[in-house]
Amino acid sequence: MMHRFGGVISIAIGTFLATPAWAELPSPWQMGMVRAASPSITEISALHDLLLVIMTVITIFVLGLLIIVMIKFNEKANPAPSKTTHHAGLEIAWTVIPIVLLIAIGIPSFKLLYFTDRTENPELTLKAIGNQWYWSYEYPDQGIEFDSNLVAEEDLKEGQIRLLAVDNAVVLPVETDIRILITANDVIHAWAVPQLVYKVDAVPGRISETWMRINEEGTFYGQCSELCGVMHSRMPIVVHAVSKDAFAVWVAKTKAQATLPDGVTKSRYRVAQARATAVAITAPRN
Amino acid sequence: MAYGAAAKGHDDHGHNPTGWRRWVLSTNHKDIGTLYMIIAVIAAVFGGGMSWLIRAELALPGIQFIDDFHFYNMMVTAHGLIMIFFVVMPALIGGFGNWIIPLMIGAPDMAFPRMNNISFWLLAASFLLLIGSAVIGGGAATGWTVYPPLSTAMFSPGPAVDFAILSLHVAGASSILGAINFIATILNMRAPGMTIHRMPLFVWAMLITAILLVLALPVLAGGLTMLLTDRNFGTAFFDPAGGGDPLLWQHLFWFFGHPEVYIMILPAFGIVSHIVSTFSKKPVFGYIGMAYAMASIGLVGFVVWAHHMFTTGISVDTRAYFIAATMVIAVPTGVKIFSWIATMWGGSIRFDTPMLWAVGFIFLFTVGGVTGVILANAGVTMQLHDTYYIVAHFHYVLSLGAVFAIFAGFYYWIPKMTGRMYSEKLGKLHFWLTFVGVNVLFFPQHFLGLAGMPRRIVDYPDIYANWNLVSSIGAAITALGTLVFLVVALKALTSGEKAAANPWGEGATTLEWAVPSPAPFHTHEDPPVIGSDGHH
Repeated sequence: MMHRFGGVISIAIGTFLATPAWAELPSPWQMGMVRAASPSITEISALHDLLLVIMTVITIFVLGLLIIVMIKFNEKANPAPSKTTHHAGLEIAWTVIPIVLLIAIGIPSFKLLYFTDRTENPELTLKAIGNQWYWSYEYPDQGIEFDSNLVAEEDLKEGQIRLLAVDNAVVLPVETDIRILITANDVIHAWAVPQLVYKVDAVPGRISETWMRINEEGTFYGQCSELCGVMHSRMPIVVHAVSKDAFAVWVAKTKAQATLPDGVTKSRYRVAQARATAVAITAPRN
Repeated sequence: MAYGAAAKGHDDHGHNPTGWRRWVLSTNHKDIGTLYMIIAVIAAVFGGGMSWLIRAELALPGIQFIDDFHFYNMMVTAHGLIMIFFVVMPALIGGFGNWIIPLMIGAPDMAFPRMNNISFWLLAASFLLLIGSAVIGGGAATGWTVYPPLSTAMFSPGPAVDFAILSLHVAGASSILGAINFIATILNMRAPGMTIHRMPLFVWAMLITAILLVLALPVLAGGLTMLLTDRNFGTAFFDPAGGGDPLLWQHLFWFFGHPEVYIMILPAFGIVSHIVSTFSKKPVFGYIGMAYAMASIGLVGFVVWAHHMFTTGISVDTRAYFIAATMVIAVPTGVKIFSWIATMWGGSIRFDTPMLWAVGFIFLFTVGGVTGVILANAGVTMQLHDTYYIVAHFHYVLSLGAVFAIFAGFYYWIPKMTGRMYSEKLGKLHFWLTFVGVNVLFFPQHFLGLAGMPRRIVDYPDIYANWNLVSSIGAAITALGTLVFLVVALKALTSGEKAAANPWGEGATTLEWAVPSPAPFHTHEDPPVIGSDGHH
């Protein structure tokens, strides 16, 4: 489903096609922003849509002026050019009006920035750690840790999506203020789930914080969003949002599994190329 | 004015170098300008070729023909570096700047002709180093931003990244020397009567650009040196394990990198101003406002760098400041757009090829500008950062902005440079193919970005297939337009009609149109005197 104004514009252009097969994924001809499933993204989309309207009006205004100029003031229509080179009123207007407009944009923009920054009283903490080329997750309060690797194309099962399916998805409860801590072990990665939370870089040596509150149950997808080497396109992020009860069950079950001799499955997505690079990068340093 | 006599008088000296000496040892601003143009064209073949390979790979989901992902990342890296440092900058600054600035201000040459020579040859050496960085050991695959730790010896072993660093060092030295030359020339060698406030806008643009280069490039050089020692001599400026910080690099890089985007676009502003004025047969509207709009863009451009770093975890108050500072830039940019339109308003406009490119520039730069205002808002950028929305935005302002201005300038000044006219018919065909092509190419990338498709990925989930295919079709149309350009350029160099000293008529009032076409080897040996009306 397209987001409000994006949808309006696409109808206007006449390329509005089908609604998507999965509510969680963008549709093939989507022109607007992803459908929001958290308060942060709802607010981000709202500001974006407002800005899109203002900016579309400005662009059409400029285009309109250019078209008028081309019709009215071409050589044939207007053989004798004027010599006007100044107009104080106009010059003041096109300086002051943009300033007023920018202040008007700035107010909701600052509000949005501080709203989306962090939550004061998180009910749950998730730590996402970027590695070349998979994500590790920790639930510090629940004592759960696991790696999340891409499911290779040849291993895809029914319903799994190419380049987006992982072996171990993040499971999170809905209607819960979740603090997310993000860092990396090797190079800079970026953790992003467009429908739930804006992206935050995973920087080695630093822990960044953000938050989200998931509105509804479902599966949400994201991809690493900072160039991190050969397999940059191969480290997706999957979040299963479940009810609070189902989350409690998952926590109990996962903890039980983790105590098994072999621990949590740690099958990692590797290809020959990745292995070769890994050999190169594990060479002793200093 | 006695230009003919001056040129004739000079022939009597008979010491113009010929053969290879004319080019390799050149101290002549026109010849050096031509050399810069040649390097820009050669680099554009590499950089453009890479972009078409990238679009061919991305035309369909799945891997088409680039099964070595490192090779893909290398192309993403080299495409960016080549287009910025070896196409746009040499064409606009080294090429048009060298050729036109002395002509426009009535100077016989640049202030430091030998330094001009070394500026060019440093750039040529730098280009060879960059080619080295792309082919040696699989090539540097860090993105043009060379972010550590990915660019450190641990994650990018081998000499490729060192080649890239040295290439940028040398290119930086070349640009600093060139910039000092422009500043000295413009401040000291203007014709009598041409006060600062009577300088043509292209001269203003080059002066501000040169000042930005002198201030920004040393910071890049410092960062590059630190990266080089991190890679090779065991320092840890950017390594958290040694007490360093990867974000330090980003601050240094973008302190250079943001002014760099204005370095690429300000000369374009200058060129467009002249073309709009010439073909509207009207002086530029709001000249003083136009000049100081560029100056304020240059100034504010130095205090907005961290809007490239909104997602890195910098504090929320820092982000708030950079939102405010970034939005300020929209104001002088708006002044420029509206002043160009006001220049055309009431004019008697002839839509020759240069004017088509200039009007195309104004519209497409507006589109890139308004997405820039959207992206100034950190809240929204943190959602769109590192998606194709960003790719669309900066290609609208650079690929469709700066490159359109390069083509506009080419068609505008080629009669002066070669003494021959281009084919109006083919020039217009080139414009329309490119205009349609780049919009089909880049506009759908906004949709991909809004839908969440990350940049710099060799393969994408199938849901993004449709717009990617459209985008690649746009790339093919653009490629066709570029082929037409090669034909136009070749014909203009070899068989075009002879051009008059001023082929554009009454609207072209700057000094370069007062000298014959092609401009003789030496011009303005006796400085022209500028009257109080601002014209010679």
